[in-house]
Amino acid sequence: MAEVALNHDAAVAAGPPKHRRRGAARALLAQPKVVFAGGFILFLILLALIAPLIAPHDPLDQDLLSGTLPPAGFTGAQASYWLGTDDLGRDVLSRLIYGTRVALTVAFVAAAAAALLGTVLGLFAGFYGGAVDAIVSRLVEIWMAFPPVLLSILIVAIMGSGVTSVIVAIAIIDWTRFARVVRAETMAQAKADYVVAARVLGFGRLAILFREILPNVAPVLLALVTLEMGIAVIVEAILSFVGLSVSSDTPTWGGMIAQGRQIIYQAWWVFAAPLAALFATVLAFNQLGDGLRRALDPVMQR
Amino acid sequence: MSEALLSVAHLSAVSTRDGNAPVLRDVSLRVARGEVHGLVGESGAGKSTIAKAILGILPGGIRITQGTIMLGGRDLLTLEAHERRRLLGAEVALIPQDPLTALNPARRIGAQLTDGLRLWRGVSARAAETRALALLNDVQMREPARVMRAYPHELSGGMRQRVLIAAAFALDPKLVIADEPTTALDTTVQKQILRLIRAMQERHGTSVIFVTHNLGVVAQICDRATLLYMGKVMEQGATRELIEAPHHPYTQALMAACPRYDRPGQELEPIPDAVLAACRAEVIAFDRAGASHG
Amino acid sequence: MAEALIDARAVVVAYTARRQFLSTAAPARPVLHGVYLTIARGETVGIVGESGSGKTTLGRALIGLLRPVSGSIHFDGSEITDRTEAAMRPLRRRMQMIFQDPMSSLNPRRTIGRTLMAPLLLHGLVDDHAAARRRVEKTLERVGLPANVLARYPHELSGGQRQRVGIARAVVLEPDFVLADEIVSGLDVSTQAQVLKLLGELKREMNLSMALISHDLSVVRAVCDRVYVLSQGRVVEQGRCDLVFDHPQDAYTRTLLDAIPLPVIDPTWLDRQAPGAAT
Repeated sequence: MAEVALNHDAAVAAGPPKHRRRGAARALLAQPKVVFAGGFILFLILLALIAPLIAPHDPLDQDLLSGTLPPAGFTGAQASYWLGTDDLGRDVLSRLIYGTRVALTVAFVAAAAAALLGTVLGLFAGFYGGAVDAIVSRLVEIWMAFPPVLLSILIVAIMGSGVTSVIVAIAIIDWTRFARVVRAETMAQAKADYVVAARVLGFGRLAILFREILPNVAPVLLALVTLEMGIAVIVEAILSFVGLSVSSDTPTWGGMIAQGRQIIYQAWWVFAAPLAALFATVLAFNQLGDGLRRALDPVMQR
Repeated sequence: MSEALLSVAHLSAVSTRDGNAPVLRDVSLRVARGEVHGLVGESGAGKSTIAKAILGILPGGIRITQGTIMLGGRDLLTLEAHERRRLLGAEVALIPQDPLTALNPARRIGAQLTDGLRLWRGVSARAAETRALALLNDVQMREPARVMRAYPHELSGGMRQRVLIAAAFALDPKLVIADEPTTALDTTVQKQILRLIRAMQERHGTSVIFVTHNLGVVAQICDRATLLYMGKVMEQGATRELIEAPHHPYTQALMAACPRYDRPGQELEPIPDAVLAACRAEVIAFDRAGASHG
Repeated sequence: MAEALIDARAVVVAYTARRQFLSTAAPARPVLHGVYLTIARGETVGIVGESGSGKTTLGRALIGLLRPVSGSIHFDGSEITDRTEAAMRPLRRRMQMIFQDPMSSLNPRRTIGRTLMAPLLLHGLVDDHAAARRRVEKTLERVGLPANVLARYPHELSGGQRQRVGIARAVVLEPDFVLADEIVSGLDVSTQAQVLKLLGELKREMNLSMALISHDLSVVRAVCDRVYVLSQGRVVEQGRCDLVFDHPQDAYTRTLLDAIPLPVIDPTWLDRQAPGAAT
């Protein structure tokens, strides 16, 4: 309850309109978490793009004479292997850098695919109700009853290993997350008076769904997408941990964790490095999502 | 002349979130024992702020810059937190505006009614329950025993408000603050609730501060009233005077802007700009005088 | 006598619960039991009642948002009761609505400008964006809002300004009929008077027919020509305002009137029951 509401009118009438885009960018940069998280993600993207240029060694290059060297700072470390090597003499740092390629590709594409599929179904189910909603809801319920890991194994087994299979697997499994949330949010928004107002003005139902309701569902969606990116990275790691992701040649964080687990007592860094990378990446996605939502939502800008 | 029960003297407050814009400007008022005092004004005038200041529940952004609120010989603004809790639990009660959100939906009515009794009067569960039943009878609740065991969502809005009134009077407080208690209710129920509040007030000899923006309610139920605009007192006095012979142009304009079902097709006159300008000038002059004193 | 602009006969509306697949439909709850109502051109009609009286439902039926179970509603001679959304489209321009809560009735993520210009473009009343903007600016001026409001979002305006935007939206299409659903409840007395005065001016300038839904009889008396009193889905009394308010026939109407506290000193009001009313 604004106690100074009476002064508000004059202020609003007198002030110049804010510049929307500049305001959003400024709001974005004003949050430390966005700056750090966003910066970190950009850094990872950069690494993924210029991996061949920046990685100190070829990630596939085995040198059995340089096996299980510890990271820099520990006794026995070698200068050229900053994070040490694994049991086959491969440079951990280089493999880590190359691993970002798979991780980020999966993160962005799988999350987008899951979001697209789930959002469309959720929007229609929430807005039209009736038979459409019944079908979609039953589908979601049945789908969610399948154990996700088994389902993904099945999909990868059918499609063969590779990044595409992983992306398809994640999208096919996780769309339900989006569908449920978007459906609930759509149903809530559909009750609002501004939807009735649009109807009274003569707008068609499809137009109302995409012009009025979708922008109001977007903030929730954005948060969910960045969350999903973090999940996708982890799922990929799990799949490559069990050897179902890309071929064992291409370095992936999950694969590194799997290998590292076996030699954890001799060379703990092979296990710890990708784990730390995984942790940092997922954390960054979550923080970025939260910050983005706050900055871009004009209602929350207040 | 009997000493006032509550005496607010020269209360001023600012909103720290709005660059220290004033929200209350030198407000003074006195409430005698057994008096129903109306705190009237439009939204943003500051009436809720004063009520919250008395109850000690001002939001974080509001800061009191001067003034005292004397109740029972003590200044409420200078009390320690625990002293204030004790005072407010037992001597000042609140009838909140929205009966829906003021009750905990997960607890039965009986439990919520006996809370205060057991906490502040230390009565046993059995005794508290008896008293709660008696109170529900006082507020003319049908089937009080059933209501005791019910959850809030099982009652109508009017019934919930009666429960809140019962809760307010449960500890026999000296002062009850009613914060627009009829706004969320149907018209016919509103009259019943007003009647009830007046009846309870007369029976217990309690003083009531009635916060409202409705001049009709003030006319019918308040003995005296204070009319606020932009945090400043515009006019104050016996209700009869305010309603039948208002002095201040703002009061007069407000009366003229009230629609009345007993008057044929009137052109509702919004408060004339001249009157608002004069009021604002009054407020600005006050601010300047305050500023020059530092 | 000229034909009424709006003519509702024996309107029955019932709500059914949202049907789930593979479950039996919940029984329909009737909300309106056979209501008759007419609104002439240029007339303002009040629809009053307490919560649960069906006044909101009646309003929505009149404007074609609800389909009655039985009965008929005619707008300017054409029946609108059974039309599909597509068939309603051409008529929508002529019947508009102002909502109670301008905060929830304005899309929070659209600027005021886009909200107001979109319907003009939809109905092809303007040739292009620039023309739409000019028209909207004129409407804003008419309702007393500055042009810089166009670039703002709803949450940046005060409650009174939002309400004016709601009014602007209702009249920008220059309709024949406007439904005002509890538009002044919760407003201060002075803001209420401003809004009602503005509405009265617009009504006269544009020769609008209006239906004002309200629980506040005092407001209805101030602006309406005729009034319908609803209780539990039925019209219990209707007629010209001065007749109904000065000489109420129905017991419920009398109770409703008696329950309103007037700003006059009346020591008997509080304890008085309405003459002939049920408790």
